[in-house]
Amino acid sequence: MTAVLTVHDLHVAIGHRGSATNVLRGASLEVGAGEVRGLVGESGAGKSMLGRAVLGLLPANAVIAAGTIQFEGRDLLAMPEPERRRLLGRRIALIPQDPMTSLNPVKRVGAQIAALLRHHLSLARREAWQRAAELLAEVAIREPQRVLQLYPHEISGGMRQRVLIAMAFACDPSLVIADEPTTALDVTVQRQVLQLVERLRQRHGAAVLFITHDLGVVAKICRTMTVLHAGRVLEEGETVDVLTKPRHPYTRALLAATPRADRPAEALRPVPPALIENLWAEVHRLDRESAVVAS
Amino acid sequence: MADLALDRPAGRPSRFIAGLRRGGLRLWLGSTLVGVLMLVALLAPLLAPHDPLEQDLMSAQLSPAWTSGGDLAYPLGTDSLGRCVLSRLIYSARTAVAVALIAASLAAAIGIALGLIAGSFGGWVDQGISRLIDVWMAFPPVLLSIVLAAVIGAGLTSVIAAIVVVDWTRFARVVRVETMVQLKRDYAAAARVIGLSRGAILRLEVLPNLIPLMVTLLSVEMGIAILVEVILSFVGISVAGDTPTWGGMIAEGRQIVYQVPWIMALPIGCIILSVIGFNLLGDGLRTMLDPVQRR
Repeated sequence: MTAVLTVHDLHVAIGHRGSATNVLRGASLEVGAGEVRGLVGESGAGKSMLGRAVLGLLPANAVIAAGTIQFEGRDLLAMPEPERRRLLGRRIALIPQDPMTSLNPVKRVGAQIAALLRHHLSLARREAWQRAAELLAEVAIREPQRVLQLYPHEISGGMRQRVLIAMAFACDPSLVIADEPTTALDVTVQRQVLQLVERLRQRHGAAVLFITHDLGVVAKICRTMTVLHAGRVLEEGETVDVLTKPRHPYTRALLAATPRADRPAEALRPVPPALIENLWAEVHRLDRESAVVAS
Repeated sequence: MADLALDRPAGRPSRFIAGLRRGGLRLWLGSTLVGVLMLVALLAPLLAPHDPLEQDLMSAQLSPAWTSGGDLAYPLGTDSLGRCVLSRLIYSARTAVAVALIAASLAAAIGIALGLIAGSFGGWVDQGISRLIDVWMAFPPVLLSIVLAAVIGAGLTSVIAAIVVVDWTRFARVVRVETMVQLKRDYAAAARVIGLSRGAILRLEVLPNLIPLMVTLLSVEMGIAILVEVILSFVGISVAGDTPTWGGMIAEGRQIVYQVPWIMALPIGCIILSVIGFNLLGDGLRTMLDPVQRR
């Protein structure tokens, strides 16, 4: 299987020289063509930063200290800006976290989808709107023609997320980065959104990097998964293997910390203190190493 | 998987009508006042009963027609030189409207352009423009325009130039901040992810969000421009001396305010109504144009 995305030994620091915080400490990751890979980790593990680094959306004060990001064999970090922009939205797409704020509030839904299509596929206005309606029908929105005429605040959160999913797959990308796309939605809508992503992925043949902290979601739709902690990959492999036979104690603790309906609440146990000690010792060692790399 | 349908009935009044309704009383009153002012300025030669410059010393300082001693030929009476007050008020509206429209639009164009540049580029460009604005605003604006008008010389062009040079900061400041706010929003990040360039994001995504704000500012600025023109003509450095202006009429009326108060009161009334009209119109248009109805 050829890799669509290869992240190798990525170091990212945020903040000014001296007071910088390392958010990624040599993270490596591979997403094969058509693969659905889950990227999990607790808050602050750096999973969103990894996605943002690939998309070129790192905050202004973030620095990529070392490492490479290759997309379809081309180095994204060394690429000139205009060339990179041609890939974004067409070959690499994003399903954003918050459907409430990710659409422009003062532009009609149709205008926003059409702008994307016209930008990348050079469609004429009429064609673009026609295609936009087809895309909305594809994400199971009834009356697509009428939804196109509405402003984002006039449709529900679930529908907005569908619009964003439709936009992500609009140009047949080979990689879609889904940054916690279900976090802002309620549970019933979550399930529909997951089914939708899975269906569109199969139809368009895209690989998906699914960033989430929800192991249940990973178990449902990801064939492979990567566990990130403190900016570094702890464990990766087939989802079934990682979830049933976790090798790293942190993954085990993460699994044990997942609330489940078939288990009484008192069975939840915190991550063992000794393990956290070990992890932090590891983190400090890595920081010293990357300080050496940077200097 | 369930289709998602709109939960609202199909038949709704058109957006334009809904917008007009949202604008409410302010929109109606404002557009009426401004409309009347524009019409009066446009149709001055048809509306005015006399030549505003025609003197008739035999009938100087006549009272308005409805008071004792009034003459029906001069509906609002005459000034010390026997010139028709109504005709002078009507012709003065031309100067006021010309200054309001041209000066405010030019100030807006310059201010918005600089505000967008400062807000989107940041860094030293932003620093440069912001410091310029700070320094600019430290000057007393009226004094600055008086000095400018005095230096450039009298005339409509110099009045307009003086207002533009002083007032572009009002737009630049607000647009700069609002651009920064909008660029921080998720939809701007989403626009970057679909591969739009900085210019395209500003034009297609940010600018539409600024329109309600800019309309309000522009309208308020027109009111301010009228006031500045009044001040300049009051001190006698506005348009050529024989062109009637409200400010000039106030200056003349001031000398005989104890004998014939209406000569000063009438132009003041015109100014107040015009400025209130522009302010109400701006307020009403903002509510009307904003599809999100954030009030």
